[in-house]
Amino acid sequence: MALTTQRVDVPVIVDESKCLEKCTACIEVCPLDVLVKNPETGKAYMKYDECWFCLPCEKECPTNAITVQIPFLLR
Amino acid sequence: MDTQWMKTDVLVIGGGTAGTMAAIKAKQANPDGEVLILEKANIRRSGAIAMGMDGVNTAVIPGNSTPEQYVREITISNDGILNQKAVYQTGKLGFEVIQELESWGVKFQKDAQGNYDLKQVHRVGKYVLPMPEGKDLKQILTRQVKRHKAKVTNRVMATRVLVRNGRAIGAVGFDVRTGDFVVIQAKAVILCTGACGRLGLPASGYLYGTYENPTNAGDGYSMAYHAGAELTNIECFQINPLMKDYNGPACAYVASPFGAYTANAEGHRFISCDYWSGQMMLEIWKELNSGKGPIQLKMTHLDKDTISEIESILWSNERPSRGRFHEGRGENYRTDGVEMNISEIGLCSGHSASGVWVNEKAETTVPGLYAAGDMASVPHNYMIGAFVFGRLAGTNAVDYIEGLDHLEPDPDVLEVEKQRISAPLNNPNGVPHTQVEYKLRRLVNDYLQPPKVDHKMEIGLRNFVRYHESLEIMSARDPHELMRCMEVHFIRDCAEMAARASLYRRESRWGLYHYRLDYPEKNNEEWFCHVNLKKNESGEMVLFKRPVEPYVVDVDIEREVYDVAVR
Repeated sequence: MALTTQRVDVPVIVDESKCLEKCTACIEVCPLDVLVKNPETGKAYMKYDECWFCLPCEKECPTNAITVQIPFLLR
Repeated sequence: MDTQWMKTDVLVIGGGTAGTMAAIKAKQANPDGEVLILEKANIRRSGAIAMGMDGVNTAVIPGNSTPEQYVREITISNDGILNQKAVYQTGKLGFEVIQELESWGVKFQKDAQGNYDLKQVHRVGKYVLPMPEGKDLKQILTRQVKRHKAKVTNRVMATRVLVRNGRAIGAVGFDVRTGDFVVIQAKAVILCTGACGRLGLPASGYLYGTYENPTNAGDGYSMAYHAGAELTNIECFQINPLMKDYNGPACAYVASPFGAYTANAEGHRFISCDYWSGQMMLEIWKELNSGKGPIQLKMTHLDKDTISEIESILWSNERPSRGRFHEGRGENYRTDGVEMNISEIGLCSGHSASGVWVNEKAETTVPGLYAAGDMASVPHNYMIGAFVFGRLAGTNAVDYIEGLDHLEPDPDVLEVEKQRISAPLNNPNGVPHTQVEYKLRRLVNDYLQPPKVDHKMEIGLRNFVRYHESLEIMSARDPHELMRCMEVHFIRDCAEMAARASLYRRESRWGLYHYRLDYPEKNNEEWFCHVNLKKNESGEMVLFKRPVEPYVVDVDIEREVYDVAVR
């Protein structure tokens, strides 16, 4: 199968200056399990574009590092 | 793929509304028994009420209404096809559920005298009880699960119920983070996996822009089917009037008691009641096709304080991102109506009637297998119905397992399932699951979205049957992608069930939910019955009529026909 990578605009934005390296609060609560840590920086990011814009990640972030936008296709 | 083995007395699959209650009730019934909740997300924020709920829609509170009145209301709004004894349970036990939730810290709206402040949204009675502070519902339930010492395994997704000697003996699945194969032995299994909310494709084209929590992909419908259980009313689709593009509730149940209403583009009412029924959806469909659309939820006539109160409820509960959606478009309830559209199709008994067949004890037709919540066949059951049937399932499962032993799973069955689950991981350069899912759900829209047409549905059915070939070339590159792949399997099963059941019932019923252009009229003589389906011994999907259980509350359905059209 021939494959290519497509860029997408993702709804969950993480402010890396506020994201705590040892904290996994957002990753633990996401119902779709779309957030992971970047192993190099220790910061969270949205790895999979599967967002219900439901907001637990934003609400449970202790440092308010997360902003959830309405996905572009719906906005 | 490593294998993890677990053992419990009662296994609850899905830790949402029904599942957390089922586990709590099973522990209350026998504190020494072992209860395990298996959850593919994290029970703290999973399921339909991940971000709380703004109200109870089926509250039968003594002094305001009776279970008999409630059964009557639902019988008429569901065109007579229901097991009244099951609906009666929601009417009878709902008040105890509300009182218990209150004792755990859940707040319900009360008037100045301290009475429950019930609102009328249904056609006749008052069953809506607002919960403006309902945002923490799921954390409260999680706390009770822990207090009752039920065990929880998060991030493991079940894929099949194990059946041996005709009874449910556990489940298999995999860890969506490590990819481990997981086998759980249990004496009874309670399925609480919610709706099939990822069946049709939203008009936005975004796979996860659904009304239901998109984790609810019809897991339980598919697992019950493969376990040999009967499903019912699958042709009675879930179709909702939703905020266009956002695809969430606007929400008339909250706003209509304050004076909001659904109107056409000219600002005129065309339905007299905002309660979601198939007939109401048909009126919306007709209005949108009459040149008088688009339709809107109208609040502009309300005073500013009232609108602020509505905003504070809608923007903190259930789907709190509604506020930023409006803000992004520069829209305001004070100056603009909320543009509404007809959603894609789904399966959900909580709002309509399709589900795994259960009786008034939450038993499916497979011994030891129970179902509750949006996937169990009790019509219009909403959140309180999920709690009530979770409670019934938990309590009755504990009675059922008395004196029962665990049965060893058949090693051949485990091996076959392990191979089925591993396939997408062994094919990392195959077609991405996103494309496989998109096409499947686009076909659902093309061929199953009402109004239904026999020739179209037959083509759809052929496509869904043939879609096994597409599932075989689907790829996953990690356990997370594998979770989405196995959900596509569930969605395909649901699409086939939806096509077959819709073709089988040769009449129209439930308004838009089952509106057939080739059989446009309701036909009580031939079709006053359930259409049930199951997998037979040779693995084929078979459909058959199942008589409606004798009514316990008298309703003359020939005379009392649901109709909210303003003519």
